[in-house]
Amino acid sequence: MTANSKIDPNAMNRRDQIVSQIILLVITASVLFPILYVIGLSFNPDPRRPTSLVIWPAQPTLDNYKQVLDHPTANPVSFAQLALNSFGLSSGVAAVSILFAVFAAYAFSRFQFKGRSEVMIFIFVLRLIPGVATLLPMFLLLNRVTTSSTVLGFIIGVAAAIILFAVVSWFVGRLRDNEAGTGAIGTLLLGLIIGGAIAYGAYDSINKGEEFILRNSLYGVGIAMVSGGLPFAVWNLKGYLDTIPKELEEAARIDGASFNQTFFRVVLPLAAPVLAVTFFLNFMGNWAEFYVSWQFLTDPSNYTLSMTLWNIVGQYAANIPWNIFAAYAVVMALPVAIIYLVFQRQIVGGLTLGGVKG
Amino acid sequence: MTMITAAASRALQNQQGSTGKVGTGPYLYLFPTVIVTVVLGLLPVLYQVWMSFTDFQLANIRPDNPPALIGLKNYIGVLTADQGVIKVADFNFWKTLFFNLWWAVSSVFTTIVAGILIAVVLNSQGLWFKRVYRVLFILPMVVPTLVVNTVWRNMFDPQNGAINIALMAIGGFFGLSKEALQIDWLNSIAHPLPWFFPWQAMPVQYFAMMLSNFWRGWPWVTIVATGALQSIPTELYEAAGIDGATSVQKFFNITMPLLRPAIVPAAILSFNWTFNILDIPYFLTGGAPFHETELLVSWLFRLVNEQRLYGVAAAFSVIIFAVSVTLFFITNRFARATEAADS
Repeated sequence: MTANSKIDPNAMNRRDQIVSQIILLVITASVLFPILYVIGLSFNPDPRRPTSLVIWPAQPTLDNYKQVLDHPTANPVSFAQLALNSFGLSSGVAAVSILFAVFAAYAFSRFQFKGRSEVMIFIFVLRLIPGVATLLPMFLLLNRVTTSSTVLGFIIGVAAAIILFAVVSWFVGRLRDNEAGTGAIGTLLLGLIIGGAIAYGAYDSINKGEEFILRNSLYGVGIAMVSGGLPFAVWNLKGYLDTIPKELEEAARIDGASFNQTFFRVVLPLAAPVLAVTFFLNFMGNWAEFYVSWQFLTDPSNYTLSMTLWNIVGQYAANIPWNIFAAYAVVMALPVAIIYLVFQRQIVGGLTLGGVKG
Repeated sequence: MTMITAAASRALQNQQGSTGKVGTGPYLYLFPTVIVTVVLGLLPVLYQVWMSFTDFQLANIRPDNPPALIGLKNYIGVLTADQGVIKVADFNFWKTLFFNLWWAVSSVFTTIVAGILIAVVLNSQGLWFKRVYRVLFILPMVVPTLVVNTVWRNMFDPQNGAINIALMAIGGFFGLSKEALQIDWLNSIAHPLPWFFPWQAMPVQYFAMMLSNFWRGWPWVTIVATGALQSIPTELYEAAGIDGATSVQKFFNITMPLLRPAIVPAAILSFNWTFNILDIPYFLTGGAPFHETELLVSWLFRLVNEQRLYGVAAAFSVIIFAVSVTLFFITNRFARATEAADS
C-alpha cells in the first residue's frame, strides 16, 4: 500500500491516476477528432479535402456558412425555407403526438376499465413495427387523398382560427382568475405562434391554387410520422405517469374535483417536465427524419434539412463541395445539439422511460 | 395524513371497482389515440398485408388499375431470393437477416462493454478533470445520426479521408508503411481478419459501420452506467477492501451485479435501435459490397424507393414485422431471465 491510500483508502494512487488520465485523453481525442475535423473543414476555402491532417485551415473563411445560409444546393429553395419546413414538421409532429398521447397514457396509467389490456397490446404491437415497414402503405394510401389547395387552405384556416380562439379565451379566463403567471403567458405566446404559423400555411395554400396531393406535402409526411411516433409517446408518458404517486389525485377527487379537473389541474402540471422531454425527444427524431420525406416529397419548396444534406453528399459521387457540406452539417446539428446539451439530464432520464417497462 | 390518503385510496378503488363515478372518462381520453392508431396504424398494416398477396407495381398506383392476386408468390420470392420475383441482384433474405442479427449483437456488445468500462474509470474517486470529461463525452450523442454517418462517410474516403490520414500519422510513428494503412473503407470487396469470424468473414465496410456506431453509441451506455454506479454505496467497496478483495474482484462481484438492472434495459433498447438503424447502411456504406452490409430496413427502403417493387416490398415488410415481434419476445425473455438471476 502506498502512503496516499493510507490517508484515504478510496482515493486513487498516483499510478492509477496517470494511467486513467492517459486513457481518458485518448478517448477525448477520438471523441473530438470528427467534430473538430468537420468544424475545421467548414471554414476551409477549398472545396476539396485537405491532403494532410489539418484541423484548422490556414486561411479560414466564413463564405461556406454564407452560402449554406443562403442557398445550400442548386435547388431553387432557400435555407430559411428548408429550416422552416424542418422546424414546422418536427414541432408539429411532436406536438400532435403528445397531445393525443398524454390523454391515452393517463387513462392507461390510472384506470382499470373494460378492454384496457386489449387496447394496450394493440398499441404496443404497433410500436414494434419499424417505421420503414409501414412506409409503403402510407405512401400509397396518402397518395389517394387529393383535393385542391384552395379547399385545403380553408380547412387549415378554420383549424388555425379554432386554435387561436381557444388559446386567447383560455388566457382571458386565466386573467379573470388572476392566475396569469409567466407560465400562462408563455403558453399564450406559444399558442399564438403555432396558430399564426398554421394561419400563414392556410394563406399560402389558398394562394397556390393547384391540385393538392396529401402524400406530396409536409402534412402527409407529418401524418405518416405521427403514426410512428404516437405509440412511443403513449408508452413513454405512461411509464412516467406510473411513477407519479396517486395520493394527490385522490385528494383532489375527495375534494370533489371532476375527472377532467383532476387531470388538467393536478396531473398535467406534474407531468409538464416529462411532456417537455418527450417533446424534445420526438422533435430531435423528427429533425433528422429522412426516409418518409425522401419517399413522399417531390417539390423542392417542401424539402427538409436532412433531405438537403443527402442532396449535397449523396447524389454526386465526385466533386462534392466538402467545405459546403461541412458547414451545412454543423448548421444542421447545432440546434439539436444545444437543446440536448442544455437538457441532457432530463433527456437521458426520458430515454429510458418507455424502454424499461415492456 | 397517511390514514386519510389510505382511506381515500380505498374509497377510490371501490369506486373504480364498481365502475362508478369514473364512468366514460378513460374511454373519452383514449378515443383520439385509438382512432389515430386504427386509421394510421392498423389500416396501413392491413392494406400492406393485402398488397403482399398481389403483384402490385408502379402502374397499380392508379385506383382504376387494381393489381392481380398472386397468393404467396411474393413471400416465397423473398425467402428464396427468386430472381423472377425480386429482380434485384444480390438479394438474399437469410444472409441479410444473419448479418443484421450479428451487426446488432456485436455493436451492442462492444458499446456496452466500452461504455461500462469508461463509466467505471470516470467514477473513480479523486479523478482529475472528471466534470470536463463528462461534458466532452456527451458530444457524440448530441449529433443527429444522419449527420454522423454522412460525416463518417466523408472521413472514410481512401484517398484524403481523415481516418486514413490519421492512421498513417499514427502508423508512421510506429514505423508502418503508408500503403498498409491506406484502407479502402467503403469500396473494397476484401474480407479481412477471417480468423476473427470463423463462421463468415465480414467485409471492410462492416468495420466502418462498427466504428461509426461505436463512436456515437458508447457515451449513452456510459451515462446510464454512471447513474447506476453513483447509486452503489461506497461502503460495499470498503467492506470488500477490508476483506482483501482486489479491484477486479470488486468489479465482478459488486459493480457488475448492481449495474445489471440499469444496463439490461439499456442494452435491449439499444439492440432495438441498432437492429433497425437505416442511417448507417444507407448513408455510410450504401450496402456495399454487393449489398452485403445491407440491413433489413435498408433493403426494404431500396425495394420501395429505388426498385419500386411494391408487392414484393409489402411481403418483405410483413416478414420484417414478424422478425420484430419474434425479437421482442426473445429480448423480453432475456430481460426476465437476468432479472430472475438477481433474486
